[in-house]
Amino acid sequence: MLKCGLFFTSYNKEDQLFPSMFQKTCLGMFLVAMLIAPQVLDFYYISVMNLIMIAVIGAVSLNLLTGVCGQMSLGHGAFVGVGAYGCAVLAAKGLPFVVCLLGGGALAAMAGMFFGIPSLRLKGIYLAISTLAAQMILEYVFLHWSAFTGGANGMPVDPPSIMGFSFDSDERMFYLIFAVTIVCVLGVSNIIRSRSGRAFVAIRDFYQSAENVGVNLFQFKLQAFATSSFMAGIAGGLWAYYTMYITPEQFSISLSISYLAMIIVGGMGSVTGAIFGAVFITLLPEVLNTATSLVGSFAPDISALMAPLKEGIFGLTLVLFLIFEPEGLVRKWKMIKAYWKMYPFAY
Amino acid sequence: MNGNSAPLLNVDNITLTFKGVAALSRVSCHVPKGSITSLIGPNGAGKTSMLNCISGRYTPSKGSITMAGQEMLGTPASKRTKFGMARTFQNIALFKGLSVLDNLMVGRHSRINYGLLASLFYFGKARKEESAHRARVEEIIDFLGLSPYRHQAAGHLPYGVQKKVELGRALAAEPELLLLDEPMAGMNLEETEDMARYILDINEEWGISVFLVEHDMGVVMDISDHVVVLDFGRILASGTPEAVQSNPKVISAYLGDEDGLYQGR
Repeated sequence: MLKCGLFFTSYNKEDQLFPSMFQKTCLGMFLVAMLIAPQVLDFYYISVMNLIMIAVIGAVSLNLLTGVCGQMSLGHGAFVGVGAYGCAVLAAKGLPFVVCLLGGGALAAMAGMFFGIPSLRLKGIYLAISTLAAQMILEYVFLHWSAFTGGANGMPVDPPSIMGFSFDSDERMFYLIFAVTIVCVLGVSNIIRSRSGRAFVAIRDFYQSAENVGVNLFQFKLQAFATSSFMAGIAGGLWAYYTMYITPEQFSISLSISYLAMIIVGGMGSVTGAIFGAVFITLLPEVLNTATSLVGSFAPDISALMAPLKEGIFGLTLVLFLIFEPEGLVRKWKMIKAYWKMYPFAY
Repeated sequence: MNGNSAPLLNVDNITLTFKGVAALSRVSCHVPKGSITSLIGPNGAGKTSMLNCISGRYTPSKGSITMAGQEMLGTPASKRTKFGMARTFQNIALFKGLSVLDNLMVGRHSRINYGLLASLFYFGKARKEESAHRARVEEIIDFLGLSPYRHQAAGHLPYGVQKKVELGRALAAEPELLLLDEPMAGMNLEETEDMARYILDINEEWGISVFLVEHDMGVVMDISDHVVVLDFGRILASGTPEAVQSNPKVISAYLGDEDGLYQGR
């Protein structure tokens, strides 16, 4: 729906990601805030923000596959892992950062396409099970192909450097990850509003009629798997560079499930939703941690009880979300925006 | 309405069976270029099966279907749009999550050329093509009077409007042959008249041949050049509306005949 006071004189102008001046101003302010954040914020906050941004790339890419194209995937964590290991192996060979990151992404895309082949025949929970198999197989490969992955010991990764400038601190990594995140999020937004993205939604909403308007189901399902896994691989590569040490258990089924939780909590099919979800799910344990230590400071006995409760609270939050806001945080966000647009007149 | 020229679509002796049950047996018919040809028949006669064969969802075991002289059997459904085919569905099959505009843009899918990489950056070629196709889609939106709904999600629209969006999506592909599966089903008198007017306009002004499956006899008899009657998967009669209307076999298929009534057929 167009906002009041907005009008366009060409299709090109209407076809913008951020059509209104207000949006552009807000976005500009957000960009400036993000750019100065590492200078003013504490080390702990920067590291959390780095993790959030990596999660954003992962969630946005899974959202493209599951939310937009409707292909359930329980193997996303493993595709992130493929990207991380691919990147790490290439980096160990001394290749430049950009090559490693794109190489890791490409490797993940190939893995995604291979494990996406069953999607032509399988739908819904059956596809979920087959991608679960992908998760198991890839985890096994990470653990046992020791010549490349270092097996259970994991493998170290050197911090990235571009033209001699080394990103060896959290602040420096922040800028790198932020730049890549922007590119990925804009890329996915662009795909969604273009030919491929529309074809993805068509497959999700009514695959029979999608076929009749000329969408080749196999081609576009694989395309969805490839693009989504490519970006998952990019997230994995950044993860590897950021944590500087990767082990197989980082890319287990729980990572896949937390990505799914992100897009469900955020709102399926929406880029903004995936971003909200990634922020929420990454922040929740941190907030709970802070709360626990806060309680612990004046009531140590309760604090001991709180630790195991943390997992429970995490799960409870997800369940409550599914019950009270099944369309996710993005719906809340839209309602808040709609409210302020009308303020102070309710109608 | 020049219904006598060469056939655009030629269905020749097709047989479709589901595990031994013949849905269609040795059915032949054709749609002359520029005509409105209707397919009628009682419930379960095989009308939708026939459309599904033509549009490529079902593959008949025997026979041939040619479109402008080219064999269609063996061409996957997604490629048939390129040969100038588009269809609508009996039960609305819109992309509920997309806006009306985007539904119509999906209809142009096979006419848009830029690839994934171009859409990733959405620059230059992609942007230019999107605008050009948007302009074509807007013509259809104007034609069908859908402009108030342009940016609304298709799933939230009233039934009659959704039917129009389906027609629009099929039109967006710029077909030569439009396959319509009960476009008037469930519509009130006014909407039915509108839809009949659209079909006539599409046929006369845009020169699109129409193959129509419909139960509303008034509409069928009014707008068709040819009528084909299907019953139990076989062709019962075909010809002009007047000839079909007075055909005793057709009358008995629809109303039953006296003998059949007494014998409890």
